[in-house]
Amino acid sequence: MAISDLELAHPVRRTGFRPRLREMLDRESFLGPLFISPALLLIALLVAYPFGMAIYLALSNAFIGRPSTFIGLRNFINLWDNDTFRQTFQNAFVFTGISVAFKLVLGVSLALLLNEALWFKRLIRGAVLLPWVIPTALSTLGWWWMFNSLYSVVNWTGIAMGLLDPPGPNWLGQKYYAMAAVVLVNIWRGLPFFAITILAGLVAIPKDLYEAAETDGAGAGRRFWYVTLPLLKPVLAIVVLFSTIFTFSEFNIVYVLTHGGPINATHLFATLSRQIGLESGRIGEGAAISLYLFPVLMFVVWAQLRFVRRQAN
Amino acid sequence: MRRTLGRKILIHALLLPFLVFALFPFYHMAITSLKQDRELYDRKAVPLLIRQGPTLEHYTKLLWDTAFLTWTKNSLVVTGLATSVSVVIGTFAAYALARMRFFGVSSFGTGIFVTYLVPTSLLFLPLAQVVNWLGLGDSKWALVVTYPTFLVPFCTWLLMGYFRTVPKEVEECAMVDGATRIQALFRIVLPIAIPGLVCAILFAFTLSWNEFIYALTFTSSSDQFTASVGVTSELIRGDIYYWGSLMAGAVLGSVPIVIIYVFFLDYYVSGLTAGAVK
Repeated sequence: MAISDLELAHPVRRTGFRPRLREMLDRESFLGPLFISPALLLIALLVAYPFGMAIYLALSNAFIGRPSTFIGLRNFINLWDNDTFRQTFQNAFVFTGISVAFKLVLGVSLALLLNEALWFKRLIRGAVLLPWVIPTALSTLGWWWMFNSLYSVVNWTGIAMGLLDPPGPNWLGQKYYAMAAVVLVNIWRGLPFFAITILAGLVAIPKDLYEAAETDGAGAGRRFWYVTLPLLKPVLAIVVLFSTIFTFSEFNIVYVLTHGGPINATHLFATLSRQIGLESGRIGEGAAISLYLFPVLMFVVWAQLRFVRRQAN
Repeated sequence: MRRTLGRKILIHALLLPFLVFALFPFYHMAITSLKQDRELYDRKAVPLLIRQGPTLEHYTKLLWDTAFLTWTKNSLVVTGLATSVSVVIGTFAAYALARMRFFGVSSFGTGIFVTYLVPTSLLFLPLAQVVNWLGLGDSKWALVVTYPTFLVPFCTWLLMGYFRTVPKEVEECAMVDGATRIQALFRIVLPIAIPGLVCAILFAFTLSWNEFIYALTFTSSSDQFTASVGVTSELIRGDIYYWGSLMAGAVLGSVPIVIIYVFFLDYYVSGLTAGAVK
């Protein structure tokens, strides 16, 4: 397009192909659908269609390289007779519940600290956000080495500080320690998102509210409880909802750190679904497992949309 | 005055554990990758320091004895292409959502939002079959095609927020003066929304560089791997771990992101909050 198209004195012609096209391109009912069509096509082909296929697979006895037949809800029901699945189901809630709770409490604390006047403010923020930026699979390798059964630096430090009895726990080889390890890495990785988002919420709270509370004689604790928390509630709700869906569907950390072990103690839906659907080839069953993520997703979407609408009103 | 200084020191002291928690894994990764094997596997040595002299042998081994350079190149190709395509598609979709009224626009908005929340671990099994049908099985091109499924909703959502902050009047003025809608978008709205575009590019780049489950599922030959997949699967053989090279791989695989991150830190901070809160 040449600059001359923009000139004011350009004569308006009504005939010919280009003016007609130009007129059409100015109509929202034409241009709008045109603008969204690439995104729409992408979502239809590579999100909606695979989702439909996931449902079909989950309702079939599909096995890699074999024709499948429809078996109704049998996959979903049979899974409940499977100890591994029941363990996974429980793990998912324990993992998500504990991780999100810690991320919330630590995130609020860290955000409050970051909101103060700091030396090297930019540097500190940069450092805090770093775990969120680095590829999770690679940083989890670092944690894997830190939890190594022979050379664990975590144990070495714990023993040196007198907190652990030598030789210290075999982190990834014992049930509860392994769960603690994956939860810890998840907190490490997710905390920056909480802290920075909550910090943005804190910055948005008008300063005069605090001044008013202070003149009314409210101490730091009461100011936090009666001014900060209520005003922070919308941000906290959104961060928790976001984090819930992504923690619930976590894959990378568990896959790299424990592969779901020891004896399935840390399997989550995503890792179990991969193990059964790809490594054992039972695609139908694998798809059914990953679809157990769907109700949680639906709940989060519903809650967010409801919340956004309420904010808008 | 003294009270505020004391308070400031206290705040920094309280921040210290958080900083150690955030940074220690990287420090430990880096020093492990620089240690000689002799010290690395000495159980009596202090793991926090390098005492017997640093070495680059793990790095040379990683670069010349493994396909690490190929994996990095693959990561760059996939990330570069997926990011460009997604930002372009997302820009148009976001503009339509932010500015235009037409049949189905609000359902499309909801659809984008829902897709934005769909985790990659929900759809990787059926997507693997779609990828095979497209003839892209075991190929990095499968990633170029599938990464936009999570990048486009993200970019659209982020950019929609930025476009809405551009005053409508500026655009309307241009159109009264004879500019078409498309000219208004390219010459008026986009230049104002450049910070938003930078943000979208940065986040799309980061998200696709860090993606793991699709890359792990859709590729199976070493020459198609991305950096994350190559380092996690090729450097671990049976029960023998090359810890030094493994950590060197983790460090080098993070370098491109860290470089971008250092330069654009403020965009990351604002984009992170915009993506979630807007």
